[in-house]
Amino acid sequence: MSKINFAVRRTFQLVLTLWAIATLLFAMFRLMPGDPTTYIIAETMEPEVQEALIARYGLDQPMHIQYWEFLVGIVTLDLGISFHSSREVRGIIAIYLPNTIVLMITALVVAYVFGVILGTIAAWNRGEGSEKSAVFLALLQQSTPSFWTGLIVLWIFGAYLDVIPMSGMTSRDFRPESFFHMITSLDFLWHLMAPALVLAFYMMGYPLLLMRNNMLEVLSEDFIDVCRAKGLKERTVMYKHAARNALLPVVTAGAIAIGYSVGGAILIETVFSWPGIGREMVRAVLRRDYPVAQGTFVMLAAAVVIMNFVADLLYSWLDPRVTYD
Amino acid sequence: MSQQDQSANIFSNLEEYGDADDVDERQRQIRLWKESLGEQWELLTDDRMVIFGMITIAVFGVVAIIAPLLAPYGPTERDTMAMLRWEDPYWMGGAGDHILGTTAEGYDILSQVIYGTRPALIVGLTAAVFCAGVGTSVALVAGYYGGRVDDFLMRIVDIAYGLPLLPTVILMVAMLGPSFVNVIIAVVLVMWRAPARVIRSQVLSLRERPFVQAAQITGASDWRIITRHIAPNVLPLTFLYGAFAIAWGILTEAGVSFIGLGDPSQVSWGTMLQGAHTNNALTHGTWWWFIPPGICITLVVISGFLIGRGYEEVTNPALRNER
Repeated sequence: MSKINFAVRRTFQLVLTLWAIATLLFAMFRLMPGDPTTYIIAETMEPEVQEALIARYGLDQPMHIQYWEFLVGIVTLDLGISFHSSREVRGIIAIYLPNTIVLMITALVVAYVFGVILGTIAAWNRGEGSEKSAVFLALLQQSTPSFWTGLIVLWIFGAYLDVIPMSGMTSRDFRPESFFHMITSLDFLWHLMAPALVLAFYMMGYPLLLMRNNMLEVLSEDFIDVCRAKGLKERTVMYKHAARNALLPVVTAGAIAIGYSVGGAILIETVFSWPGIGREMVRAVLRRDYPVAQGTFVMLAAAVVIMNFVADLLYSWLDPRVTYD
Repeated sequence: MSQQDQSANIFSNLEEYGDADDVDERQRQIRLWKESLGEQWELLTDDRMVIFGMITIAVFGVVAIIAPLLAPYGPTERDTMAMLRWEDPYWMGGAGDHILGTTAEGYDILSQVIYGTRPALIVGLTAAVFCAGVGTSVALVAGYYGGRVDDFLMRIVDIAYGLPLLPTVILMVAMLGPSFVNVIIAVVLVMWRAPARVIRSQVLSLRERPFVQAAQITGASDWRIITRHIAPNVLPLTFLYGAFAIAWGILTEAGVSFIGLGDPSQVSWGTMLQGAHTNNALTHGTWWWFIPPGICITLVVISGFLIGRGYEEVTNPALRNER
């Protein structure tokens, strides 16, 4: 099968998956106990006001029309209006998503750079103490609940030593002119440091173990022996020949991790009161603001599906040995 | 001997429960299972880390069972004196006999930690059994039958791969109501995908092996080939994903409880941490409230990962340490 064919088939699968998740979501929200209208109207309202509100949120339409409009809404990025604040869900996502992305990308870069380096060293020193401690570190990073690490960091560095802020993204009296101005300010970096590092600590275990396992496989291949027989320096063999080959699955895993970590930052955002998309989804869920909960969830799922798609294409593009069947 | 008699003879011991050979057949099966499980067990217990993981989970299991004997107070038993002010641990000068002090609501922290073992293990183990069970069953069916069945099931797996774990669990728990059962359902809904995909590819290759083809030629039923010839070979992978699912189940339950969507009727480590967070235990520096539950979560979760990694080395000899 050709490359084009693979891309087309994979695109079809992408659309199918998105549709299935959207349908699942629609069904879940309609099947659950309790009527969503009860959360937007009060008993004391005039009947005309009640009807107007129901009509405004489209809840008076028959099911199949609601379903169709829901799908059209997702495609056109029109995700409805918040029950709580009467703002457009699209606008709410546009406010909170960039904050999550900055946090997530910082954490991912730190996690993958250090994870890959430690994983390479671990595989190279196979069977030695340094390998065992690296593997143990990776397992510890994956096992420690990220929100608990966050609590400990806040307790020691925030409450006790008072060197990091206890919550938020900027200081209260800081008024940035634009998003760009904000994220390049020192105040923002000061707030970003703790949550980003805690998130990076949690994420690092996966690339570390993956890199180690890949390296172990690559190191057992013949071309490594050839490199050594040629008399290349150990460092050259390790970084130029072995690590580069072992890096490939880590790159695609990184692409997939971008997708999952948009939603995975929820707990960190909650602990550090970081105004991100995950925390906003939790708040919407807790106050039964269904359009926002639904819209943010669609966004988080779409991030996962699209990054999985990107990873697949990336893999076939980066590795010429991949066949399409 | 007529042709028919002969064929009856040849196939008689291939019947599921032939009456004459029944006992022998079962004994043989039990012996085979024992042998292969014993082999895996030895490979597994070769690793000191795996032993550590198993002992830790066993200890927490015992604590969960005899929690009422160990805990000095009930999990929801309030010290009315301590409700007025948080009691410090008695060895730090707090009043009463609270080894780890009390929460802001006047509950004994040590007792809550001990009782918290129960929901953690129940959620972890149940999620593990169902994730591994559902995943393996789907993988066996998809991989063995192939074709459209395989296509259909693998498209469902693709869809499951589109679900982000924590947001999905949060949404489902919010809609179905906060309870451990719903957390388990949500975790299984998301996490069965990994064993399904990985074990299926294993089954695809097993299906083409001579021993399976030999079984097919002798007329063994599909059910028999799947359960007797293929399933035992993918068992280490099933255990691997089961062990990982324990870890994911417990982490997820703790996270969901921390957000405030935990089972309100029970005390779990996650709800303890939520209580500590919302009551500003951090700024008050009452570390005896929020340190112990976190250590417990980490210990149980790392045990799951360690056992899973042990199985990883059983299934992938390339990773085994040279000794």
